[in-house]
This record gives sequence, C-alpha cells and structure tokens, in this order.
Amino acid sequence: MEKKELICVGCPLGCVVNVELEEGVIKNISGYSCKRGVTYAQKEITNPARIVTSTIKVEGGEKPLVSVKTKQNVPKNSIFQCMDDIRNVVARAPITAGDVLIENVAETGVEVVATKDVGIDVGTST
Amino acid sequence: MYDVLIIGAGVTGSAIARELSRYNVNACVLEKEEDVGCGATKANSAIVHAGYDAANGTLMAKMNVAGNLMMDQLVKDLDIPYRKNGSLVVCLSEEDRPKLIELYERGVSNGVKELKLLTKEEVLEMEPNLSESIVGALYAPSAGIICPFNLTIALAENANQNGIEFFFDTEVLEIIKLGEGYIVKTNKKEFTTRFLVNAAGVYADEIHNMVSNRKIKITPRRGDYLLLDKSVGNYVAKTIFTVPGKLGKGVLISPTVHGNLIVGPTAIDIEDKESTATTKEGLDEVIQKAGLIVKNLPVRQVITSFAGLRAHETGHEFIIGEAEDAEGFIDAAGIESPGLTSAPAIGVMVAEIIKEKMGLTLKDDFIATRKGIFNLNDIPLEEQKELIKDKPKYGTVVCRCETVTEGEILDAIHRPLGAKSLDGIKRRVRAGMGRCQSGFCSPKVMEILARELGVSMLDITKSGGASNLVTHRTK
Amino acid sequence: MESYDVVIIGGGPAGLAAAVSAKEHGIDRVLILERDRELGGILNQCIHNGFGLQIFKEELTGPEYAKRFINRVKELELEYKLNTMVININEDKKITAVNREDGLFEIQSKSIILAMGCRERSRGALNIPGYRPAGIFSAGTAQRLVNMENYMPGKEVVILGSGDIGLIMARRMTLEGAKVKVVAELLPYSGGLKRNIVQCLNDYDIPLKLSHTVVDIHGKDRVTGVTIAKVDEKGKPILGTEEYYSCDTLLLSVGLIPENELSKELGVEINPVTNGPRVNESLETTVEGVFACGNVLHVHDLVDYVTLEAQNAGKNAAEYIARVKNNISNKAEGAEISIIAKNGIRYTVPEKININRMEDSVTIRFRVGDIYKNSYVSVFLDGDRISRKKRLIMVPSEMEEVKLEKAKLAAQGQLKTITIEVEKE
Repeated sequence: MEKKELICVGCPLGCVVNVELEEGVIKNISGYSCKRGVTYAQKEITNPARIVTSTIKVEGGEKPLVSVKTKQNVPKNSIFQCMDDIRNVVARAPITAGDVLIENVAETGVEVVATKDVGIDVGTST
Repeated sequence: MYDVLIIGAGVTGSAIARELSRYNVNACVLEKEEDVGCGATKANSAIVHAGYDAANGTLMAKMNVAGNLMMDQLVKDLDIPYRKNGSLVVCLSEEDRPKLIELYERGVSNGVKELKLLTKEEVLEMEPNLSESIVGALYAPSAGIICPFNLTIALAENANQNGIEFFFDTEVLEIIKLGEGYIVKTNKKEFTTRFLVNAAGVYADEIHNMVSNRKIKITPRRGDYLLLDKSVGNYVAKTIFTVPGKLGKGVLISPTVHGNLIVGPTAIDIEDKESTATTKEGLDEVIQKAGLIVKNLPVRQVITSFAGLRAHETGHEFIIGEAEDAEGFIDAAGIESPGLTSAPAIGVMVAEIIKEKMGLTLKDDFIATRKGIFNLNDIPLEEQKELIKDKPKYGTVVCRCETVTEGEILDAIHRPLGAKSLDGIKRRVRAGMGRCQSGFCSPKVMEILARELGVSMLDITKSGGASNLVTHRTK
Repeated sequence: MESYDVVIIGGGPAGLAAAVSAKEHGIDRVLILERDRELGGILNQCIHNGFGLQIFKEELTGPEYAKRFINRVKELELEYKLNTMVININEDKKITAVNREDGLFEIQSKSIILAMGCRERSRGALNIPGYRPAGIFSAGTAQRLVNMENYMPGKEVVILGSGDIGLIMARRMTLEGAKVKVVAELLPYSGGLKRNIVQCLNDYDIPLKLSHTVVDIHGKDRVTGVTIAKVDEKGKPILGTEEYYSCDTLLLSVGLIPENELSKELGVEINPVTNGPRVNESLETTVEGVFACGNVLHVHDLVDYVTLEAQNAGKNAAEYIARVKNNISNKAEGAEISIIAKNGIRYTVPEKININRMEDSVTIRFRVGDIYKNSYVSVFLDGDRISRKKRLIMVPSEMEEVKLEKAKLAAQGQLKTITIEVEKE
C-alpha cells in the first residue's frame, strides 16, 4: 500500500487529502471536506497536468519576447522538457496571439501558442 | 607630472579641487569608487551646522563657522538647492539645562550669529509636533539643510569645467616619496605629483601613514538613518537636535532639502571601513531616540534606511595642513561632522597652503558658476510647455514618484563627470529616490543608461564595481 | 483645452473595463490616459494563466485577458493616450498631463475614474537591516525584467513574502533555470492563493518557511546571501534561529500599496486601512464625480473582481454624466449610511450607502484580518441582525463579499448604520 499526501487547491481551506494506492490504483481517499477534494485527488494522482506558460525569443520584433502557453495541459513530469523546447525556438515578428509557435512540445502532442501580439520593429525612436 | 594630486572625490576632495581650479595649476583627483561622493559624503545628516558644537579655538569650530558663512554664495554659484531652515537643540530635562546654556555660550564665542534660548512654550509654538517633555531649546537660525550629493557633484563638476582631471575606479595602493614630490601607485596606473592632498575620508589614516611616521588613526563611526516619505516631510520645520544628556547623545530629526524627513544617526565605532550595513539594533535605537523628541514619529512612512561612516579621528579634530615629516603632503583628514558644512572652508584653506608653497597665480578664465541639472518642476507651467515642445524628452516621465523625465536623466549622463550607474542617476536627479524606491523606474533607467553609454544592460551597475543589476538574458 | 465626459486615469485592467463600461452605458467622450507604452497594465507581465475564470469561464493568461478588453476599446473606438503621465488633477476636474507628442497639456473632464493601480512595498518600508547591494528587487520588478525585458535578475534566489507575485516568480525563475532556495513569510500563514502554493512551490520542491523573515542582507556590491530567522507571535526574530542562505538575489513580495498620490492632491479622502479612497455605493469618492476602481481603491487578489468593480464604476460615471447633462442634481435624497467593519473585518468597500441611489442590491467587498474557520459573516442594521452566512474558511489573502438588498435596507426605516462582522460559532 502506497500513501500520498496532497493539498487540495479547490478553495482556501487547503485540505490535506490522503490517498492510498495499490499498484497505482486508488483504494481510498480521505481528509477532504467536500467532493472537490476527491475530484482533485483523483486527477492529481492519475494524471497530474499543468498549463506551462513562458516566453519565446522574438526576432525583428518591437519587443524582445513573446509570451506563450501550452494550449492544453501537459503532463507535470514533462514541464522541464517543454521549457527546453520553448528555449530552443525563435519566433519572427509579426506575431498574433493564438499563433502556433511549437506544434508538438516535448512530444506531448500539445501546441505552444503566443498569448500576445508582437509587431514588427520599426526602428527604435529615442 | 601633476602639480597637485588629490586623493578622494568626496565633498572635501571636491571642494579642494574646485578651490584649486581658480589657479593656474595642473591637478587631478583620484577616486577609488565609480563616482564622486561615494564614501562618508554619501550618507550623513545633510545639515549645514551653525557652529556651536565644536570647542572654541578648534579648527573644527573655525571651519564650521566659515563654511556656514560661505554657503549662501556657493549654492548660488553652483545652482544647488539649500534652505536655511534653522536648528533647535532641545533639552529634555531640567538637569540638562546647564548644557544648553553651555552650548549657547560656546556658539557665541565661536562667532555664531543670532543664537537664542527659547522657552518650552516658544519651542512648541515653533514646532507643535515636538514632545511635551521638552523644557527649552537653543535656536540657531543660521543652520540649514543641503543635499550632500548635489553639493559634491556640483563642486566636482565645476572643478572639472575648470580643468581638474578626475580618475574614477582608481584606488591608491602605494605612495613613494621622491626628492621632490611623490609617485602614487594605483590599481590603474602610476601618477607622479609635486603635491599630494589626502582627502581620503575613512581611509585618510592609511594614506597618511604611507608617507608619515607620525601616525594617525581614523575610526569609521557608523550612523544608521531612516528616511521618511515626503508626505511627512514637514513633520518638523527645523532641524531638531537634542542636548547630549543623561540618555546619551540623541538623534536628530530634520526635513531634507528635497522634502523628505530624515531621522538619525546612531554612533557606532567599527573596524571595517566599508561596513555600511545597518543593524536592527541601530535602526531600533534611532526610532526609540526619535520618539523622545517628537510626539508620534510616523514610522509607517519610512521609505528607506541606510548607514553612513564618519571619519572619526581619535583626537576629534580636523587635521588640515602639511604633514610635519612629509613635505608636499597635505592632509585634510578626520573630516567628520561638521565636515559637510566645513568642506568649502577646508577647500579654501588647503588651496591657500598650496598656492603659498607653489606661488600659484589666479586664472583669468576661471568659471565660478555652474548650471545645475535642469528640473522641470522649477519653472512655471507655461515655460514647461514651451520647453517640452522644444525638447520632447522632457515630456517622458521616467520616475513617477519624483517626477523625473528622460530629459533630466540624459542631462545627468552627458554632463561633465556624468552618471554611469543607477545610483549615479539617483544622486543627480533623484530617479528612484522616492516612495517606490526604484521599483518602477529601474528597468527604464537601466535601458537609458545602456543605450546612452553604448553598453549592454548586463554591464549596468547599481553603483559601479561588481554591483551588476541583471546577470544574464532570460532567452 | 480639450474636454471629455469621462477621463480614466490608468489603462490597466480597471481602467480598460471602466472605459468600456462607460461607453457601453452611453457616454461618447471617453479618454484613457496610460503612463506605460501599451494598454493592459500589470497584466502584460503576468504571463501565467489563471485569469478570467469568473468573467469568461475559462483560464486565460494575463496578456490574453488584457487583449479581450483592449480589443473592445478598439472596437468601440475609445480614445487613449500612451506614455502619458498625469501630473495633477484639480477639484474642477482639470487634468494636467504630459507626454512626448502633446507636451504638457490640460484636459477638462466632467467626471474622472481613478484606476492607477498599486505599487509594491519596498525593502525600505520593511526596515530590513544590512547592506544595500544590487540584487534586491521587488517581485514585480523582477517579473517585468524576466518576462518583458528579457533579463534575469540573478541565478540563486531567496524570496521574502508569500504574496501571489512572489509565488508566481518562484516558479517563473525556476522554469528559467534559476535556483529558488526558499520563500520566507513573516506571518504564520501565506499571503497567496492555495493554488499558487501548490503549483508554484510544492511542484518544484521550493520550501515555504512560515513565521520567518530576513534579518540581514549580506554583500556590498551584489547580494551574496541573506540571513533568515524564525519570528515569535509578535513578528520579532527569535535569537538563535538564524540560518544563512547564500544567494545573489532577494525578491520581495511583501504587499501592495494603492497609488493615491494624485487622489490625495485632488482632495479625495483616503481610508487608512485600504490606503484607497473612501467610496460610496456608486464607487464615487468624497469628491463629486470622481470614481475609483481596481487596485487603486483596494488591493484585489483576482483580476476578475477588478473588472466587475470597474464595470460598475464605468456605469456609475455614465449615469452621473447623464444626470449632469439633463440638469438633474447628483445629490441623492436621504442620508448616507455608514458601513462599519467590526470583529475581524478590516474594511469594507464601499463604506457608505445611499438607499435612494443604490440598485436593487449592492456587493460589499471586504477582507478579514485573520484566518477564520467555520465562522459566520453577519450583517446588522442598527443592531438588528438581518443575515448570518456560514463560511468554512476565510483568510486575509482572499477577498470576501456580502450582498445587501435594497428592500431589506429600506424596510428598516430610519436606518443609520450597517455593521458587518465575523461571528464565531
């Protein structure tokens, strides 16, 4: 029997939810105050996933960076691989929010999209 | 070979440089920091003292009174803000009253004008926020407030305009006495000079002791201060001191010439000549002692705290003049409070000594005045409009707390001995000095510095040396 | 001199929503003045997601959330000026502002919406002893440098304060390759959202030390380390608990202060608890025709609530203008009823209500001063309790609200005060 302790993020209460697993299968969930705790624990144990947000370097843009996000959740354990991929691409201005900048980040099948517009650099006026 | 080499570009060294620049002389100033006024000058009470503190007959008393008298003309010539707000030395107990009278008498014999002893009622009428437990005060209308950065930068700039060279980031490592003159070895290069002036602040003993066998000792005496927001800048109108009494030496509370309120200092003798770290005990002591003088110190309005080092000489006297056993080596050492007030007079005294020895002649083309950094807020609205139309950079506000525009920042960078760092900008035009303490404007100021100096943002420092602000690019 | 019906000071989330709302409620002459080089305010640097769940029922990043409103501003062809700093607002609602293109200029407005946001508390305000080297940044400044300017403030980081920006930056710096060694929080509880503690700290094994603070900063040129110590119940460091952390960066996330310098000069009364203007049910300040919303009014934890509040302010300003134009007095009949925050409730926004002017109901937002579990939020009208709502938990970091209904208030007759307080079981 494996035991895992999670903090539910459903509300400020932050219940410590205890999950008992047997060969990866949830056997028992306890410590929650409402059903949100159960849902949260099930998801966190079976498929912990996060949206990754970061920036991508821009060439020829009015700004040096464009903010980006993974369009869907990616597995939690692939976050740093996503960051590596994100670090290794350069986007060319102009960029519009929603533009796909990486097709399949860290082999997750998830796209990385721009979350902001970046126009072309028209020469810095000083 | 220089005629004169000054070690130290604090307020003392800069004042000496400016006075020397009246003469036909080939002189330079060496400064180990990246800018002028980075040592003892940087952090003190910013007070122009009236001159009742120092013992009668001392050089300190003489320089203080003389410096105070010079200030009116000097600030006009150098175009810097100065306010004669007057000072009050308050007495907190009847037992201490004799000391107040002693101060009064000393002031009179030192030549301080207009001194007056006030009753409790008179004091409270003048300063309603002072504590009810005050029993009386000594009022000195001739005391004032000034910005030590403004004064030092102006003195140095004016000296530079008049031909004195400045070498920054140049630290003196060794001095070799020649038959006539000296070789000064630094981390950068070797300098030779006939006369050497020691204005090295807390390091003045080390410099002095390199050439003289009559050793002196300078102890860094740390003073912790609190600076409060402009919203409480008029909490007191005058500079408030306390009579040193049964509770020890008190702290002062004063408006600053820029409209903040300053409270401090402590007086803690330390070993490390670079140790400008504040301590919790020090800051607590300042708050506790200030609480004795005023009714409710608005502690919540503190925007920053800092510590300065005073160059305390063991005999508590200025050492000014040629070292007895080192010809051509002129000390301006032990310059602690009232050093800021005295600096202009010390400048004159040291320049006189050198003039006599070298037979210097006055320059025909000495420029006595210097135009300060233009501040938009100092001119009427209609003129501001005209100016911004003409120079749009004055229309871009960079520091919102102190309303500093890009125009002023560019001026600070490009004028003689211009700013090279974030603190250099701050000291010249107050960007980052306000209530947000540079949170909003620092990225923008860094960008302007990098652009104007033609360097990378990675090379921009807070205050020279290894104080780089950012370490690498995100991407 | 140009004249407008409504001028909005600030083009962040509050200003944008207020401007759009004023226009949608029939006001044509609307102008937004923004000091930065683009609209959107702080959202531009908040590249993380989690915005919009209340308003759009989906999770957006800061720039995406801002864009929805910027697009709306453009569709409605609202006027705005960028890189424009407002220097002064006088009682006659004359605004003096400056920028490069227009120079120093004046604008006359019939009403004004204050939406200047807030600033971060600095190190100075905390009186942390030690040196003053490079490498000490407020979390928001670091966020701007990392996310917008492309510069990292350092490689090894200690964060003081567990406000949301601090937590977000702990994750952000980690993802960009920095080592975040610890987050220290003076209080026995975090100032940030639970979700951020889990997803920004726990996900990356960053320790959070509650009841700890920085007691010394080391390094003369650049930060070389900080000393952290445990504090007692009064927040005083406990001798002997000091721990040294080597680092080159100290980020501060120790609170936000509404930026009301302009408001104060204008003569708007400020509530000492919120540091924001005192407002009535219309979000109108003590100066007639001057409204406030967003973080300049009180610091919010969710941008969605800023938007809702700002929409309300925009609508109220529009109604104010309509009355001005129709020569209807803006002085409502009846008394202004004070809302008193008591027993654990630190403040309320609004602080005053005029029943004749209020809508069918008005949302009262407030914060508690401590953690309350299984407690009640009760509303009293002149001492009579009219509601008692149970809350499983209330924490200082999350804004709470109650709704007051006009019918109930009117039924009370000569109502003088409304009291809101926390009651325990």
